[in-house]
Amino acid sequence: MSPRAAWTVAVPYLAFFLLPLGWLALTSLWPDAELARALPSHLTLENHAAALAGGGLARAVVNSLLVSGATAALALALAAPAAFAIARLGVRGGRALLAAALAVSMFPPIATAAPLYVALRAARLLDTLPGLVLPYASFSLPLALWLLTGTFRALPAELYRAARVDGCTPLGAFRRVLLPVAAPGIATAGLLVFVFAWNELLYAVTFLTSPARRTVPVALALFGGEFRDPIVVLAAASTLATIPVVAVAVLFQRRVVSGLTAGAVKG
Amino acid sequence: MSARSERRLGAALVVPAGAVLAIVALGPLLATAWLSLRHRVPVLGEDRFLGLGNYRALAADARFWGALANTAYFTALSVALELLLAVPLALALHHVGRGRGALRAAVLVPWILPTVVAAKLWALLLQPDLGLLARLWPGGAAAVLARPTLALHAAILVDVWKTTPFAALLLLAGLQSIPEDLARAARVDGASALRVFRSITLPLLRPAILLALLFRSLDAFRVFDVVFVLTEGGPGHTTEPLSLYAYKTLLRAGSFGLGAAISLVTFLCVVAIGLAWLSALGERRRPEASP
Repeated sequence: MSPRAAWTVAVPYLAFFLLPLGWLALTSLWPDAELARALPSHLTLENHAAALAGGGLARAVVNSLLVSGATAALALALAAPAAFAIARLGVRGGRALLAAALAVSMFPPIATAAPLYVALRAARLLDTLPGLVLPYASFSLPLALWLLTGTFRALPAELYRAARVDGCTPLGAFRRVLLPVAAPGIATAGLLVFVFAWNELLYAVTFLTSPARRTVPVALALFGGEFRDPIVVLAAASTLATIPVVAVAVLFQRRVVSGLTAGAVKG
Repeated sequence: MSARSERRLGAALVVPAGAVLAIVALGPLLATAWLSLRHRVPVLGEDRFLGLGNYRALAADARFWGALANTAYFTALSVALELLLAVPLALALHHVGRGRGALRAAVLVPWILPTVVAAKLWALLLQPDLGLLARLWPGGAAAVLARPTLALHAAILVDVWKTTPFAALLLLAGLQSIPEDLARAARVDGASALRVFRSITLPLLRPAILLALLFRSLDAFRVFDVVFVLTEGGPGHTTEPLSLYAYKTLLRAGSFGLGAAISLVTFLCVVAIGLAWLSALGERRRPEASP
């Protein structure tokens, strides 16, 4: 296939993927009073202001940032040492742990929702953001574990040996030598876990009940439900919620793509 | 420090991750199985052992069979369409020279969006009087989401829009692992581009395709977000998948035992699908392993 033919194939796909987003953006800029017209006479940011008014959406963004950041931090803190141990220290049962993690990643989230709900209520963590982080971390742990094991395996074995010969303890070699070299892989894993937590709906809508705790997906899912907000405001809210992840896609596309395909192809 | 103490350190580093998986994922799964054998409605203070009563109730429940059928149909059609669309897209991504990064980033956008946004976006396009479809085709778009068959297909459309990129990127990784000399040699020998694709690329791409089928069908079977936003399972229960039925049974009806039973059936279906694809993957790999 020549590059020209490849672009000919790609253009309809681009239209299919991007035109709906263009319509969303246009709707969000459309003055509410002019919706009946074929096209707007001018564009406005009033809808975005209306979506942000009341603070519900802004609070949801803050909630999502906190939950996603904490999830990524926790998942990496658990996965990085374990991946290092599996890749470099020859832990017995390492393969079994990777296999178990893969099995867990295939669980439908609903399969654990009821007992988690009961446990969170008993621990008084229902309807709190920390209560959401632990289930999120466990669900994103498999991805982090697989990616980071791959990352540490890909580093030259001599790196670890040399650090040990130079007098580092195993833990010191991990912290001072391997961890900095593995930083790109760790960033990729963190990014994907962050995106996972940012987008998750089922647990969030199950475990969070008060409006003040809503994450972005919950706030958006329940946004139009009250029939108060015109669709242009809903479009503005969706656009605002989209911008952060689109920025991630554009800025880190190479990293995201390598991350989401690496585990799959090696596994 | 000896190899033995290294191994001891290794075990200490692995334990926290293993413990979290056991306590927050495997434990609750077993608890779901246990809960599914009970009649439990916390709001009413009811909690007693029921045996297989919840499963018997499901066997006689038309809404359950409908949800199972919806989920199976959604999974089969959306995954089939995604894979069919993903193959040409992966080939295009593989062969564009300049601008590949930009193309990849553009393709990545639907996949990285929250599913909630994807569903809201399509609800907007299909909106009966002000949506894009209604403007382009007045009358033709009347209430797509209010008609059972159309509504389920709209949900499938959203899923295809959102996850075809993921399937294509998996296939792209597969394409990149195929040595280029193979196709070049075949071309030199006079094979047409189509012939090269059918006789060389496609067979070598088979493991990647099966892998994409595995990941996508497991993911599609647990569909929740798209339908929750698009139709909430309506009209009636005609678009309701298993995850949504289980969610409503748990949270709205407050019936934890029955909800757990629906959840466990969903889990068992996912296991069955996973094992089926894995055995297909294993069969394809074995002959290649001993050339």
